[in-house]
Amino acid sequence: MENHIQIRNLNVRIGNTQIIHDVSLDIPDGQVTAILGPSGCGKTTLLRSMNRFLELTEDSHITGEVLLDGKNIYDQDVDVTEIRRRIGLLAQRPFSLPMSIYENVAYGLRIHRVNNSRNLKPIIRHYMELAGLWDEVSKRLHEPATALSIGQQQRLCLARGLALEPEVILADEPTSALDPISAQHIEMKLQELKEKYTIVLVTHTLRQARRLADHVVFMYLGEVVEQGSAKEVFENPQMERTKAYLQGSIG
Amino acid sequence: MDLQATQPQPTDQRAAGKILASRQRTERRASVLFKGLTLFPILIFLVILVVLIARSLPILQQKSLTDLLFGQIWRPSEGVFGFLPFIAGSLWVTGIAILLAAPVSILCAIFLSEYAKPVVRTTIKPLIDILAAIPSVVYGLWGVLVIVPWVGDSFAPFVESTLGFLPFLQSKNPTGYSILSGAIVLAVMVTPFIIAISYEVMRTVPRGYHEASLAVGATRWQTVRYVIFPRVASGLAAGVVLGISRAFGETMAVLMVVGNNPNIPKSILDAAYPLPALIANNYGEMMSIPLYDAALLGSALLLLIIVLIFNVLATLVLRKVTGKGQE
Repeated sequence: MENHIQIRNLNVRIGNTQIIHDVSLDIPDGQVTAILGPSGCGKTTLLRSMNRFLELTEDSHITGEVLLDGKNIYDQDVDVTEIRRRIGLLAQRPFSLPMSIYENVAYGLRIHRVNNSRNLKPIIRHYMELAGLWDEVSKRLHEPATALSIGQQQRLCLARGLALEPEVILADEPTSALDPISAQHIEMKLQELKEKYTIVLVTHTLRQARRLADHVVFMYLGEVVEQGSAKEVFENPQMERTKAYLQGSIG
Repeated sequence: MDLQATQPQPTDQRAAGKILASRQRTERRASVLFKGLTLFPILIFLVILVVLIARSLPILQQKSLTDLLFGQIWRPSEGVFGFLPFIAGSLWVTGIAILLAAPVSILCAIFLSEYAKPVVRTTIKPLIDILAAIPSVVYGLWGVLVIVPWVGDSFAPFVESTLGFLPFLQSKNPTGYSILSGAIVLAVMVTPFIIAISYEVMRTVPRGYHEASLAVGATRWQTVRYVIFPRVASGLAAGVVLGISRAFGETMAVLMVVGNNPNIPKSILDAAYPLPALIANNYGEMMSIPLYDAALLGSALLLLIIVLIFNVLATLVLRKVTGKGQE
């Protein structure tokens, strides 16, 4: 099995607080890896270390390595925009850009100038279909994206990310701001997408992890307590803390 | 603890009622006092407005508004009061000051808000705010000592010899006391002001928009250009308008360097006489001339109305923009 992303001895400190303690991990390709753990355990921080979003946080200090195809993404000669093209992010809340629905999906293509053809429509259509949005918006592509419901906006954000053909999709509690039906939409999409993409999902809903995850990483107070296939971790957790979390007595 | 003792007794109840009533009385008094103090500035403003209108009535009754606003000649001793030279002077000085100040201020605000590291931001932002606190007479002195000689001795001769064929760059005034000098001094004065507003406007954009753009691999400039700027453009415009209104009313620094010549200027190197300078230089002198007092107060009224319109427009836009940031 190939591993696109490997994390080696990652330590993250924000200000004087150590958020991540010496984490080493392999993210298996073509699967959904769910990062689980109680609030404040460093799930989101770990996720944001993988597309170098941590450096947007003031006063953050990172040591260790995050390897993408064997290359540390924190190396001096790495182009951060290229990293973020290859590793997409679906955020907790959808933020559609101040432009039309169509332009939102075209945004990534335009800024990377990957496709100079003037007519991006077939491409845009393809990714909107992939995100399960096309049928609902095909008639109003040139309306502002803010006219969409929040659930539709989240799928728009998914289409925007997919349009760049990333290798990895990071999803940071992507359904937590959504109503149940929109959340189900997104879950179904992630389920389909794992055929082609490697997905890392941070979630605080255990049931969502059970539905989606192939591989599970359980974190507690900034450390990885246990990791393994979803079946192993859910059915036969080795560590006391994992058991307690799965039974609902912590977190 | 004895439960009985914690139960309120009848006498305690009466005392408690008294305390409550007294507390409510104080609360009501405080509320009335604060409301009154808050309304006080508005009252003062209304008094100023009424006085200006009342005192400028004599000239408004005798001369037509068109004669006053578009009259090109100002000869109080002959009873001719045309405000146009002063209005034109104000427009020239303010316009050029804003052309100089707005781009610099907005780019500076973008740098502080989007590019600067926290250390840089927390050092530079207060320094810029301090610039706004320098007394305008100090800026005026700096204008007289530095800008006026530079314009008179270096800039004007150079421009005259290279671009002198352009009418608005011709110079018949070798002193350096000119629209350009006034505009440069004003530009430096309003820059910190426009930076402060633009910066606040930029900071109202939720981090999620930056991240949405950066997450697909946009550079910071692309993020500013395509995502942040469209969201804040109207707010930045409002900041510039507030800058205009501030520049329009600025008196001391401008009158020290602008030459104060009541003719309609034709070139940025001509002397001009902006409205605030007219009032500051002449009020209280030669008051025996009929209608002179009313004319000056009329120009003050005009100044107030213009600045007020700018301020109201800008405030409305800013309210809309900063409201948008909280959605």
